[in-house]
Amino acid sequence: MPLDTDWALAWIRTAAAVVSERRAHLVDLDREIGDGDHGENLQRGFAAVLAKLDGLGGDAVPADVLKTVATTLISTVGGASGPLLGTAFLKGSQAVAGRAELDAEGVVAFLEAARDGVVLRGKAEAGDATMVDAWTPAVDAARSAAEGGAGPEAVLRSAADAAVAGAVATEPLVARKGRASYLGDRAIGHRDPGAESSSYLLVAAADAAEEVRS
Amino acid sequence: MTGIVVVSHSRMIAEGTVALARQMAPTTRLVAVGGTDDGGIGTSFDAVSAALATAGAGGAEVVVLCDLGSAILTTETALDFLDEAERARVVIADAPIVEGTVAAAVAAETGGDLAAVAEAARSATGVAAPHADERLLRGADAVERSAVIVNASGLHARPAAELVKRAAAWQSDVTLNGVDAKSLIRIMGLGLPAGSTVHLMATGPDAEAAVDDLVAAIESGFGEDWV
Repeated sequence: MPLDTDWALAWIRTAAAVVSERRAHLVDLDREIGDGDHGENLQRGFAAVLAKLDGLGGDAVPADVLKTVATTLISTVGGASGPLLGTAFLKGSQAVAGRAELDAEGVVAFLEAARDGVVLRGKAEAGDATMVDAWTPAVDAARSAAEGGAGPEAVLRSAADAAVAGAVATEPLVARKGRASYLGDRAIGHRDPGAESSSYLLVAAADAAEEVRS
Repeated sequence: MTGIVVVSHSRMIAEGTVALARQMAPTTRLVAVGGTDDGGIGTSFDAVSAALATAGAGGAEVVVLCDLGSAILTTETALDFLDEAERARVVIADAPIVEGTVAAAVAAETGGDLAAVAEAARSATGVAAPHADERLLRGADAVERSAVIVNASGLHARPAAELVKRAAAWQSDVTLNGVDAKSLIRIMGLGLPAGSTVHLMATGPDAEAAVDDLVAAIESGFGEDWV
């Protein structure tokens, strides 16, 4: 089944459920190196997104869903992840504007624009122990999968796997952005909560694509 | 008049900072915004957007001061949603939020434009050690003169802002009692009362003229009725 509006809706509903389920884990990760509000902030943001999705018209395309996610997260999250993820979804939605469904190249275009949005907003680079460390490996894996001829679902799964590995790989890093950067070397050994939650979002996207098909 | 928006994670910090600055800038448009929409710690995109609109009403220029990371991210995101002309009238000043707001407010109160108010905020550092740059100009071929503060209330906010504005107009580096004469917060930090003798020092291509101008301004009481 194609990555159409039903997929986009399923993705965001899955993501909201996962964020809610893992809220305590995100709070714990953030309490170790940040201000401890990441799980709560994201849960509040995605709860608001769910309420907004019901108001979308029947002629909505995936970009409409993703743009609604963007503006709602920006308005409701209340921490840095609001503008960061909001900008990601906003730029991503613009990259696939008007398309009724995403093919492999569309998935790559979305991910790349989203990642660029995070970088634009947060000015972090790969290796700074931020959500960029989940998004950038995801973009790279998606691109090489697409170039290898993989279909859109497989491209998404490659991206999700790479994001999960990327989040794990933030553990030995010294955080160079955000509240965790105040800790210096003491942040070493802690997984970045933003990279962790971004990996959940991309896993949800891949899960939704496979669900929709089966 | 240039407006000022103070964005904090905490409503109390934003409002307290504005209350402090208001003492020295009673007529400047100062807008406090802090906390999430439900009153928690964080920043609200909608509230920041509204504060920018309030401060910028009627096409006014706006300087924004932020505390920690996401206050800046939220403000930058709000700026992204403005049109180009509106965005061009807003500057986020890289400055300590409390000291920067006080310096910016005094600069705005005395008629500073966007660049001047933002610069006043940015230069609001070194409050704990105003004499840290004391010997900066010594040893060079500095022009040195002394003058006496004649204003009845000393070098308070308005004459201090006037002095800094005039000092900033010269290319030369200028110090007053060893502190940067182009930094409002440092000049105000000296707390100079009426009758103090101040020592001016300048180095640079127009050092002589800069010192002459500042001595004349100080001795005239900056046009204030000081008797």
